[in-house]
Amino acid sequence: MNQPAPPPSPPKLPVNLAANPKLSSWLKFSPQGQVTVSPGKVEIGQGIVTALAQIAADELDIDIGRVQMIRASTAVSPNEGVTSGSLSVQQSGRAMRHACAEVRQIFLQLASERLGVDIASLGVEDGTISGPGNVTTSYWELAEEVSLDRDATPDVKPKPATRRALAGNSVQRIDIPDKVFARARFIHDWTLPEMLHGRVLRPQNARANLAGLKDGNVRTIAGFVAVVRDGSFAGVVCETEHGAEAALQALRKGAVWADGAPLPDERDLAAFLKAEPSETTVVDKRIASSPGAKKRTLQRQYTRPYIAHASIAPSCAMAQWNSDRVHVWTHSQGVYLLRTDLALVLKLPAENIIVEHMEGAGCYGHNAADDVALDAVLLAKAAGGRPVRVQWSREGEMSDAPFGAAMTIEIEADLDAEGEITDWRHSIWSNGHVARPGRAAQPALLAGFELENPFPRMISTNPPQANGGGGDRNAVPLYDFPSWQIESHRLTTMPIRTSALRTLGAQGNVFAIESFLDEIAAERGEDPVAFRLRHLTDERAKDVIRAAAKRARWKPEKQPGIGYGIAFARYKNTGAYCAVVAEIEGADDIRVRKLTLVVDVGEAINPDGVINQIEGGAIQATSWVLKERVRFDRQRITSTNWTEYPILRFSEVPEVEVELIQRSEMDPVGAGEAAHGPVSAAIANAVFDALGVRVRHLPITRESIIAAMEQAP
Amino acid sequence: MPSVRFRLNGVETDVDADPDRPLLDILRGRFGMTGPHFGCGAGECGACNVMIDDRAVAACDTPLWSIADKDITTIEGLGTAERPHPLQRAFIAEQALQCGYCVSGILMSAAALLKRNPKPGSREVKEALDGNLCRCGSHNRMVRAVLRAAGETAAE
Repeated sequence: MNQPAPPPSPPKLPVNLAANPKLSSWLKFSPQGQVTVSPGKVEIGQGIVTALAQIAADELDIDIGRVQMIRASTAVSPNEGVTSGSLSVQQSGRAMRHACAEVRQIFLQLASERLGVDIASLGVEDGTISGPGNVTTSYWELAEEVSLDRDATPDVKPKPATRRALAGNSVQRIDIPDKVFARARFIHDWTLPEMLHGRVLRPQNARANLAGLKDGNVRTIAGFVAVVRDGSFAGVVCETEHGAEAALQALRKGAVWADGAPLPDERDLAAFLKAEPSETTVVDKRIASSPGAKKRTLQRQYTRPYIAHASIAPSCAMAQWNSDRVHVWTHSQGVYLLRTDLALVLKLPAENIIVEHMEGAGCYGHNAADDVALDAVLLAKAAGGRPVRVQWSREGEMSDAPFGAAMTIEIEADLDAEGEITDWRHSIWSNGHVARPGRAAQPALLAGFELENPFPRMISTNPPQANGGGGDRNAVPLYDFPSWQIESHRLTTMPIRTSALRTLGAQGNVFAIESFLDEIAAERGEDPVAFRLRHLTDERAKDVIRAAAKRARWKPEKQPGIGYGIAFARYKNTGAYCAVVAEIEGADDIRVRKLTLVVDVGEAINPDGVINQIEGGAIQATSWVLKERVRFDRQRITSTNWTEYPILRFSEVPEVEVELIQRSEMDPVGAGEAAHGPVSAAIANAVFDALGVRVRHLPITRESIIAAMEQAP
Repeated sequence: MPSVRFRLNGVETDVDADPDRPLLDILRGRFGMTGPHFGCGAGECGACNVMIDDRAVAACDTPLWSIADKDITTIEGLGTAERPHPLQRAFIAEQALQCGYCVSGILMSAAALLKRNPKPGSREVKEALDGNLCRCGSHNRMVRAVLRAAGETAAE
């Protein structure tokens, strides 16, 4: 019975709390019965602000209506880095939970002294603290006596999962009413007193230099304030937005562009990616204890194109100077990181810059949010202390913002006489997937590359595998193959600007792995569900696959023109588990009829929020797979509007069914990126099921299906 | 400058402005109505949709002159937190958005649909919203919300 317990390791603070230990930087109490909570993570439409409010309310035992969430700002918020990688619930949620648990304890301690009762006999209900004999006080009564200007300590234990009232419930998102009643919440809808409007002039041809600029009649435009030029960076400032647009048009007429840098051949991305100079790393290697007898080798190549973030809102920012200090309003995913880069460009101490978050449209990664912030800062220099609002155009958003990197992936599998996999080799050629601000000695902001004294154009890199990797994200198989070698070739040139797009390389790698597995299973005549289950040892992985198969009644009877495909991944190999069954129809134009997904994110704080993210991810991935590809000729990006860069429309959206496996005892992980890889592969596998064609080059369009038919195997 | 007269959310309105200027620019710049959102400036995404009489139209490529004597309804005129339109209630009930930037335009397309067809099926809802782009993938929730609102309206 009495097993000797393992020696307890000393308790540790959650990482983000250790980095920002002061409790008052996370939450404050008002005597009026409110708690203001200020996380360093930001709302990008993923519902994080609501999930964090749930966690805080739960741990403090207060009604969620008492929680006021503060937008992240370098002036007041803890530095939680960037809101990305499906890490916010994991990182910020744990820190918030711990901070609130400790604050609750501090209040209880004081209440115990005041009321003269034992702390263990006190309870909290909606902020009212009561004990035996009807003695009561409250957070609000004690608020002014408690100082939270002290550091968190590791010893406090948050509540066990079973005692949380809100976590695990689908609380309604707190930002949604503003959005349906059109109350200004987006940065785009905000107005500052005395605000001016700016527009920036950028070349059509990639990286062309501004050789000459005639003002022409710009200065005669009503409300004209200034033309700003610094090297190839140029823009206008006007009293009105309408005037700024007119001034930009006039300025464009007087601009002379020179040079420019050639772009690759969009018809042969694989050849381009493999020919460019690159840096090779062995991501992972597994050596077989007893190597199997190889009978033959299968080799397949997959590509995915450059993909645009294609936010519905063009990026927008506001900036205001006050002598050598500047205040910036931005929808960047990382206010502190942006501040670091602004300080580099402006050659100012970071303390002179306040960067404050305001919501924008969904960004799905590193889009132009940070770039436009620097644009606003530079134009505001000419505004005599008045704030300047800058908004990009649709064309700019689709051509000057970073793209998700194109990838070529080659997989070789050695098979033995029975067709079993004996060795697996996976190689990736791609630009790096991250060139976010604030992480290097040089800035990552577009205007920084355009100034008279320019900073070098940043070449994207990849996060280390320990942080989930970049181009190599999800490249290490989750399956129990006897041996493997995974290699990543990161390009050291970058003719097309890339940075973080939702899932980084995971979408491409999972598409390739899960397509190839499907092909090997089919060659063996083995059911792809059984084949996967046979190669997995992780029960949570098997559970999502089995549940998806069951829910989709795998495998439905064959009907002409309809196909079914399955795929699975665990995001980053350490995050959410997701299995998908796709049902498609069509012969040349593919239509996805239905996606059935089963997901395990550990503890789902807000189950409907998780489902919303999974549904959204599944639909966005369908759009990527069926439609999306950044287009370019040898001079410029040509897919600069919604006609040239179509995305999935209402009439094309599949039915999406999501089942959650709730594991409230397991740490929560993010849901925003779990679906993209598996959905991409499941659709491709369903296309094979329907048409007998393996499409290995995304997107799956009429053209790529025809090309695949011509190039079979 | 010539003047253009129209009704804006039920109020008789006069605007002195270049008649070729886009309606969106007038609504946001002149009247501070930030519900209609700029998305593309070319009528391709629907983020700026408003109702002109009973039709949903992109305000970004509607010139001011073309709305003379017409009834313009923006999201601001659809309903308020105190007196919500059934569509607004339904979008909250269904949690039918993620970032929500496209929602004001989508609500106007849906409101126009319900005016001409109070009991649409899901195919008709999808058709009515086909000119609106959503990048977050909230489409199915939005369709459910419109159907829910239609059900409520019919029940009233």
